[in-house]
Formats: sequence, C-alpha cells, structure tokens
Amino acid sequence: MRHIISILMENEAGALSRVAGLFSARGYNIESLTVAPTEDNTLSRMTLVTRGSDDIVEQITKQLNKLIDVVKLVDLTEGPHIEREMMMIKVKASTIESRTEVMRLAEIFRGRIIDVTPSSFTIELTGKGDKLDAFIDALDKAPILETVRSGVSGISRGAKSLHV
Amino acid sequence: MKLTGAEILTHYLADEGVEFLFGYPGGAVLHIYDALYRQDKVKHVLVRHEQAATHAADGYARSTGKPGVVLVTSGPGATNAVTGIATAYMDSIPMVVITGQVPTHLIGNDAFQEVDSVGITRPCVKHNFLVKDVNDLALTLKKAFYVASTGRPGPVVVDIPKDVTAATADYVYPKQIEMRSYNPVVKGHGGQIKKAVKLIAQAKRPMFYTGGGVVLDNASKALIQLAHAVGAPVTNTSMGLGGFPASDNQYVGMLGMHGTYEANMAISNCDLMIAIGARFDDRVTGNIEKFAPHAKIIHVDIDPSSISKNVKVDVPIVGGVNNVVKAMLKQIKETGVKVNKPALKEWWKQIDQWRALECLKYKTDGDKIKPQFALDTLYKVTKGDAFVTSDVGQHQMWAAQYYRFDKPRRWINSGGLGTMGFGLPAAMGVQLAHPKATVACVTGEGSIQMNIQELSTCMQYHLPIKIVCLNNGFLGMVRQWQEFFYDRRYSSSYMESLPDFVKLAESYGHVGIQVHKPEDVEAAMQDAFKMKDRLVFLDILTDPEENVYPMVPTGAGLDEMILI
Repeated sequence: MRHIISILMENEAGALSRVAGLFSARGYNIESLTVAPTEDNTLSRMTLVTRGSDDIVEQITKQLNKLIDVVKLVDLTEGPHIEREMMMIKVKASTIESRTEVMRLAEIFRGRIIDVTPSSFTIELTGKGDKLDAFIDALDKAPILETVRSGVSGISRGAKSLHV
Repeated sequence: MKLTGAEILTHYLADEGVEFLFGYPGGAVLHIYDALYRQDKVKHVLVRHEQAATHAADGYARSTGKPGVVLVTSGPGATNAVTGIATAYMDSIPMVVITGQVPTHLIGNDAFQEVDSVGITRPCVKHNFLVKDVNDLALTLKKAFYVASTGRPGPVVVDIPKDVTAATADYVYPKQIEMRSYNPVVKGHGGQIKKAVKLIAQAKRPMFYTGGGVVLDNASKALIQLAHAVGAPVTNTSMGLGGFPASDNQYVGMLGMHGTYEANMAISNCDLMIAIGARFDDRVTGNIEKFAPHAKIIHVDIDPSSISKNVKVDVPIVGGVNNVVKAMLKQIKETGVKVNKPALKEWWKQIDQWRALECLKYKTDGDKIKPQFALDTLYKVTKGDAFVTSDVGQHQMWAAQYYRFDKPRRWINSGGLGTMGFGLPAAMGVQLAHPKATVACVTGEGSIQMNIQELSTCMQYHLPIKIVCLNNGFLGMVRQWQEFFYDRRYSSSYMESLPDFVKLAESYGHVGIQVHKPEDVEAAMQDAFKMKDRLVFLDILTDPEENVYPMVPTGAGLDEMILI
C-alpha cells in the first residue's frame, strides 16, 4: 500500500541523509521525498511517499521516530488528507497549431504558462500525481523537452495539525 | 573564563565524571592531547590501534554501566574506530567517540587525513554530531552523553574540527539538557501491564526469555523476583547471560543456535512467552515460522522498533525494562493473581525430562584437552566470580555454555556484530574499571591475533588480565560449518605459521604458559590466576575438531537441533 509520511524534523545539516540512509540501509522504498523549512526555521517538514505492507510501514514509522532529529511524524494516509504535487513541463511549440493545442490543454488542466519562447512553452501545473500524469499523456502530440516534478507534499484535512 | 575548545572538552569530560579516555593521538587532535597533558582528572589510556580503543571503552561500559569514552584522530583514526562503534551499536552499549576532524575550512577538500566521519559512522551510531562552532561544543557533548546513555543506549560520535579545538569560548558545564526530538519512554503502559499479568495467570506453560536489556537497565534483581513469583523457567540470550543467575533452579540455560536442549524445547512448547529486553535475533529464533508456535507473547522493550519487528507479539510493552518488570511484579502482588500451580508442576516435570538429557555433557577421556573441560576448569578455578570477556567463534559459545554466570555485567562479548578481536581490548576496559577483579579473556588463536598488539597496552598500564586461548589451530566455527555444510572442505579455516604465544607474551614482558595435556589444565590455571599482578597468556592446545553442540542448523526450528 502507498503511504504518505509527513515528518517534522530538526533543520540540521545531515538530517535528510539520516532519513535517506535509513531507507537504503533497511531496504525500504522511497517513491518521492520533499523537504523544506517550515515557518519556524529550526524545523523542516518532509513528505515521504513509500510503499510497503502494513508491517513494513509500521517498522518504517518506528525507525523514523527513532532518529534523534525527528521531532514528530504522521502517516497522512491513515486519515483524510490533501496531497499535491507541482510540475513544470517544457514542451516544443513552434507552429501555430501546436501552440494553440498546448495552450488549450494547459487551460483544461488549469495549468499556467510561465515561460514562452518562439519555439517552446513552459507550463506550471499543480495537483495530485494522477492529474499530472494525465496532462503528460494528453500532451502526446507536443514533444516534451523537459519535465520536473516536486514530489508529493501533503497535509491532513480538518483543524488538527502536525506541529511542535 | 575563556577556554579553548580542547580545554572545554577536557573540562567537560572531568565534569561529566569520565575516568578514562581510551585513545590514540594524531594531527587533528593535537590541541586536545595538549589539553589532556595539562590536566590530571581524566586518565588517558594509550592503546595500540584505534579499534582497541573502542572495544576497551565498550568493555568499560558493559562492566560498569557508565558510557565508555574514546578519542581518535581524523581519517584513519576514525575509520579504524568504526568496527568498535558498530560493535557497540549492535549491542546497545553507551559510548561517546570523539573524532578529530580537519579544520573547518578544509572540510570537503580531500585534505590530509580527511574522511567524512559523520557520514561513515551514520549507519552504526545512535546519533552523531559535527561541531562547527566552539560555542556549541559543551552543549553538544552534553547531548552526546545524554543520547548515548538514555533510552536504548548506543554509541554517539562527536566530530570536532581542529580549528574548533583552538578557538575560545566561555565554558559552563551544562547541568540539564532537554531535546524536543528525543524523549525516551521510561514507564510502561499501565493497561498493557494489566493485560500481561492476566496472561501470566492464565498460562499453563509460561517461559521467560530475557536478553541484554535486563543487563543494560540493571533489572536483574527485579527479574529474579518476578521469575520467582511466576515460577516459570528462564532462558537468557547470549547478551543476557548473568541477568538471571545460572545457578537458580529456574534457569534452563541459553537458547538459540547453540542453546541448551531444555531451553529450546521449552521455547518450542511454551504457551506464554514473556520476552524481556530481548530482540528476537535470528541466532535466537532459528526458523522464525517455527519459533514458539504455541505461545502468546508478551514483549517488554525500551525500543518500539524492536517490537513486532521479527515476531508478531500479543502484548507489547514499551518502557524501561526495570520499571516495567517492577510494575508487573507490583500488579501481581496487589491483585493477588495466582499462577496455575498444578499446570506449572506438569510443565516442570516435562522440563526436567529434557534436562535429564544433559545436552552439554562431553567426553573427557583421551589425551586431548576438550575445550569444554578447559572452560569448566576456568569456572572452577575462578569460583565462577570472574569477569569473562570473549572473542568470537567456538570458544565464545563454549564460554557462554560452560561458564555459569550468576551476576550481570560479568559476561562481556560481542553478541550482535560478532567482532573477532574484541576480547583482549574489552578486557582492558574491564580491568581498568575493576582493578582488583579477576578478568579472564577467553579467546582463540584466530581472534587473539586480531588485536594482539594490545599486549603492549596491557604492559604499559599493568593490567593483569588472564588470557585463556583455546588454541585448536583452526578457525573453529568456520571449520565446524565447513564440516557440517561443505563436506569438510576446510577452505582457509586452518591457520598455519602460528606464533609461539608463550614467547610472544614474554616478549611483551608478560608470562606465557602452554598447556598440552588435560591433566595439566587445572594446575596451569591455578598458577596463572595466582599471579595477581601479571598478565598471563594461557595457550591451551585443545582438540582441533571438537564441535559446539547442541546446534540448530540454519533454517531449522529450535526443536530440530543436532545434539551430538
């Protein structure tokens, strides 16, 4: 099963490598991982997407909790939650026909064109992973020059929150 | 008052109550060595190889319960220490290792004697720190000692660049420490303890399976009381030996791959397992599918990640072992819970039948010295009251089987990592911590050569360790596996060109005695242990092809052991 683990950790040098090292040492999967400081810059918030049986995910959360730098964590998939991923995608668009098509698709997917050249568009798109996948599939006529995805960020629904 | 980083370190260690610092100097730690020279509170012990420094600190920690402290230089100093750090990590031993580092401005420059010590040690430490600012040094050291010695203990590395040891800052000993990200659980959950006691009352064939956690948390006394209140058999893991006295009638010996018949059979047939401070290691469980198949399991451990890692348990209790065991005992007394005495009587009848097999019996006729006999004799000569360190291999298992430990912290061995070369340096740490005590290092001719250079350290610090080397000319455990599973193809398990250990010991200024005949073993040991102020190397030539029995082959259940 796919799990989204949200981790609040000390914003210390090496904290990220402790998490990454734990996953490689114990043979766990990382599907995606994002990390950035929070409003309190002594803390970082990491969102980690992994797959595994219930037993493995239980071990993953226990092992993560054992890391000294980890302050708190929550498995977002245990309750209602929102997940988002951001993608920037650069496509070739040099003919009028292709430019119109890309703009139309971007509009349908509520993407924004954030950079334009005579031969290319760069589109920014936010949503769940499957929406981003669907956009890529829909683009099949316009050759993709470059794709960059942020990995999943997540937050729980409702008033409860992950904080110190 | 402004102090240099090096002085802050030495002041801090003194304020922390550190008696011994096991180390080896080098470029990156010269300021620290200079500060050590100018003080007399912390005694520095100069080893001959950094690995030995970590094992000596480890032996000190295991025998006292206090964290062992190590100081090594950058680069090779740090990498040589890694084996000892990993050894301590696997066995949850409190240790603080200070590694020198190249100056901050050179970090990442491939400078002379530079390695990424924090990166290299990350997977085998409980935590590690790189100190980049002298103002953070004292607090970082405090955190290191706090993390190393609380919760599930473990080694912590503090990497200090050379310029930080030269820079100055105000020093105040930080008395208190709080870390928002680290709050180990101490007390067990009351509801879980009640559930556990209920299961104990219902059990017909209960069994205690106790490990290193009992020793680490000084829970031996409480465990004895609980075991007596319940009346169930007790088995110890290798790490737990001495946590429950071997001479107690409820003790059924060690369990696992080389456990006793009665312990392994009891595990395989019990209906309730009370696992305390043990982690269901593969050498203990054998085939996990066949492990304690009829039992409900209560598991007490301070580390939540140890619970339900290998074996699903019915009642997990996270907490300090000593606290939880005491709480269980209190719960039994307060609620007047009665154990099922008639069922227990039947259970003991069965166990006594298994015991009657006398699985640890060995042949004593013939002119070869049986290693088991040598260890029985060691037990007799030291009256069972020595600190016994061991290396790794057959001699380790025989020591675990035949030296019947009655007290915790007396059996010092590398259980988890299985580090050859551990025994002699560990014995140094034990002997320094207990100068008057009898310390025996049980080893083999293979293991002892992995840190033989420490005979020099032993001379420098007058450590009267007794080395009991069971010399069979083979890497015995490797040979045993090759005999059983590789059709006796003894690939690289025979050691040629062994040194003359007697002369070797003498060349370092110690006493060496070689023993060839069974009838000479006791007298030689008596002589050796009478020399209270000398290190004696007993080179005991044992039966080369003796095997460790019982043995549970890989993949088999505990009740499928080879008995002889």
